[in-house]
Amino acid sequence: MNWDAWIPLLVVASSLLPGLVIFTLAEERIRLRTGLNLFGALTKLALVGWMFWGVYNGHHFETRLPLLPNLELVLRAGPLALLFVSLSTVLWLVTTIYAIGYLEGSPHRSRFFGFFSLCVTATVGVALSGNMITFLIFYEFLTLATYPLLVHRGTEEARRAGHTYLVYTMIGGALLLLGTAWLYSLTGTLEFTPRGFLSGLGEEHRHALIIIFVLMIAGLGVKAALVPLHGWLPLAMVAPAPVSALLHAVAVVKAGAFGIVRVVYDVFGVDFATGLGVMEPLAWLAGFTIIYGSLRALFQDDLKRRLAFSTISQVSYIVLGVAIAGPIATIGGVVHLVHQGLMKITLFFCAGNLAETLGIHKVSEMNGVGRRMPWTMAAFTIGAFGMIGAPPVAGFISKWYLGMGALEAGQSWVLLVLAGSSLLNAAYFLPILHAAWFRKSPESWPHEHDFGRKETAWALLLPPLITAALALAAGLLATLPFSPLEWAKLISVREFYRP
Amino acid sequence: MLQAVIADSHWAIILILLPLAAAVLCFLYARAANIIGVMTLSALVLSVAALGWQIRETGVYHHAIGGWEAPLGIGLYADGLSLLMLTITAVAGLGISIYATSYFKQQDAARFWPLWLLLLASLNALYLSADIFNLYITLELVGLAAVALAALTGGRDALAGAMRYLLATLLGSLAYLLGVALLYHGFGSVDIAILATQAEPVPVLWVAFGLMGAGLALKMALVPLHFWLPATHASAAAPVSALLSALVIKGAFYILLRLWLEIFAPHSGGAETLLGLLGSAAVIWGSLQALRQTRLKLLIAYSTVAQLGYLFIAFPLSTMAGAAVWSAAGYLALSHALAKAAMFLAAGNLMRFGGHDRIADLDRVVQRLPLTAGAFALAGVSIIGLPPSGGFVGKWLLLEAALTQGRWELVVVIILGSLLAAAYVFKVLGRAFTQAPVCQKARAVPARMEWAALLLACGAILLGFLAPFILPLMDIGDPFSASGVQP
Repeated sequence: MNWDAWIPLLVVASSLLPGLVIFTLAEERIRLRTGLNLFGALTKLALVGWMFWGVYNGHHFETRLPLLPNLELVLRAGPLALLFVSLSTVLWLVTTIYAIGYLEGSPHRSRFFGFFSLCVTATVGVALSGNMITFLIFYEFLTLATYPLLVHRGTEEARRAGHTYLVYTMIGGALLLLGTAWLYSLTGTLEFTPRGFLSGLGEEHRHALIIIFVLMIAGLGVKAALVPLHGWLPLAMVAPAPVSALLHAVAVVKAGAFGIVRVVYDVFGVDFATGLGVMEPLAWLAGFTIIYGSLRALFQDDLKRRLAFSTISQVSYIVLGVAIAGPIATIGGVVHLVHQGLMKITLFFCAGNLAETLGIHKVSEMNGVGRRMPWTMAAFTIGAFGMIGAPPVAGFISKWYLGMGALEAGQSWVLLVLAGSSLLNAAYFLPILHAAWFRKSPESWPHEHDFGRKETAWALLLPPLITAALALAAGLLATLPFSPLEWAKLISVREFYRP
Repeated sequence: MLQAVIADSHWAIILILLPLAAAVLCFLYARAANIIGVMTLSALVLSVAALGWQIRETGVYHHAIGGWEAPLGIGLYADGLSLLMLTITAVAGLGISIYATSYFKQQDAARFWPLWLLLLASLNALYLSADIFNLYITLELVGLAAVALAALTGGRDALAGAMRYLLATLLGSLAYLLGVALLYHGFGSVDIAILATQAEPVPVLWVAFGLMGAGLALKMALVPLHFWLPATHASAAAPVSALLSALVIKGAFYILLRLWLEIFAPHSGGAETLLGLLGSAAVIWGSLQALRQTRLKLLIAYSTVAQLGYLFIAFPLSTMAGAAVWSAAGYLALSHALAKAAMFLAAGNLMRFGGHDRIADLDRVVQRLPLTAGAFALAGVSIIGLPPSGGFVGKWLLLEAALTQGRWELVVVIILGSLLAAAYVFKVLGRAFTQAPVCQKARAVPARMEWAALLLACGAILLGFLAPFILPLMDIGDPFSASGVQP
């Protein structure tokens, strides 16, 4: 019995099965539910760790199941897949702890945690997909699993946000399906291959391939919130904080960005795509999205909304790194997949803490909050500095490699985008930090909960501290083996570019 | 020993006689009807499995009743396509039957079971018939039993709907019978295999096909002949709606497909283009109508009109890639049967609980029946064609064929139909999470009814993973090869 062939499937099942059991639990079975959640998360973590070690040593983890005539369900743990899987697994564990604390005493928790587990299952499936059809299946599954989380509050506002989300993602999914099926009718295979599988196609398919590329990027761009397909994301912040955190850092938005990486490198191949002339428009689009998102963020008073526009901007760094089409920029883009996740989840956790503990939802209410909740705001500060790109937080590494990569590829306009975006990031984060640390706090907070001597509940405070520490570590220890940066270099060498 | 028994028994005959005998028993012993019914259905599922094993091992099943061969006697015939339809009937039928045991009160149950078992026997006979006259007889029996079932609850709406249905089904059968007469007159036989060899492109063949096609299209409610379906399917009792939408309509499709494959395809003269056009119209029009409805059961009924359109889209595609496209259509029919049955049963639960099916007021109901909401959601996933589900497999195969052949208009229809389906499914599901004040008067829904709907829906999802096992079974005896790849 070859266990290596089953581990990717087990990784997916380790959140799917607990999720399905959780659906059947009564509302008051808190301990069992928590136990199942943590058991799933820890099992997944152990399995991913095992795969990590194996892949580093050249093992091959691959599950293949027949799905359709000539098409298989393939789950494969390549280096790129592992990067995303580890991110999701670690952040799932943290977010689960956070969600347990956050939702204490609120209704429909079994439903929430059930869909929460399904959501992670889908994300991990997206990460491990070894061909386009498997990717498509989990990508659509992710849409469906996220919807109930998004509308969890059940308000009219949530229902409308969910509606918008579905309109965007369903149409995006249809475009992606069309592109995938079309591609399949041309090539007869959908297997992700390092450096793409299209190079055998002749010149006569050039126009078709350009349209397919546009279809697929549009389908993925909806989730990655590329302008002008981003309309659903700012509305989606009505979801509970742990959902927003997961949505912005790991699950939906990242699945879109990750899909773009896959399509460019493992379907089209970066050289082939450059030959088609589609990379430059993609880079321009990403650059525009970066600036546009930052500009919009500047004018939001609602904290979560500001963070949402910030996500639109930050996720496009990944796309930009891919679209510059050089090895160094690729490292920057791919590593930002992890870095942005760590930093953004920290910020959303903190925003959730402010809302839960003090009832603060708006930036203008944050005066002096640093003294009331020093730990939370310390984590927030690290996240914000990371977003701005200040060393030594992880964001700096991403921007450095993006900039170097752009120079190497001779696309110096990217530097302007990076500089402009950093300035804008500073412009919308620094006033928050200033207000929180240096302004006088008001007489009373909008809606204060009492947590005794602690600033807030442990389950709410620990997760942002952990993720902030990770973000800091990813920057400080970037040159150690197994850091995200080193792993991204390994990916770039092994999968994308011939050494 | 066991293998020998399975291989040598005449499962096809059992499939017809068993429900017939059970129908009589249910009529005689009305008190035990529920038990007899469910046991019969369980036995049928096993028999179909046995038949499947038999024809997989020994090839196509052919039996001449009483030893009289084709031109004189009655023949039974079972290949992969028959097996598919029998499976749909038995599996979806079992789910609906379990539901029905809790749904009907004693008095209604006494009338429901004999009719349903009679319908079942007729459907099974239809899928096993080898000649077009027997197909007519069984088609007529199916139609009449279905009409009686539709009128079962006896309300004003139900009676009006059943009356419309009666007219439509009689008219359809009549047109079909005229076609049979013409074929018999023209080629001297009603046996499908003989007709297949004798048929020539002469006017009588075209007229016969026109009549039979129109009659069957009327029974399948192909746009623009769908006028009767929404009212009938929406006004019947929930298990009956499920039977009508999931199973009865497939009977007419089976006949059309069989005739097409064996007799008409080589001499079609462009009829497939017309069928494809009407199918596309059905997908778009039916989905748009479904989206406009304010009542849940009407929405589901219009969704049936739309989803059946997909089966007709297979006709124009089949001229280039026969087997693959018909497998897709068969798979769609299979998943639609499970999903649509689950949807109607879920709707029945919601109606039982809240006493109405107004979509705008459903939120109070949906939240308190999580299993039912789950059933509707999973069935919806398959109807939309989202992965992983049977609907996705079918639509993917269809899409693949359309793309390979460069039929862009069909590609657009397939995708657009899915998007519209998503719109009308989520129009209902959007209510599942809103916070509405809980309504006071509510009737409890038995767990069995909730689980029956949920399990059928899970079946539709599970089909998304079973394609590698089911598709080869469908190909036993090459039922799709008649219109195979033509140069």
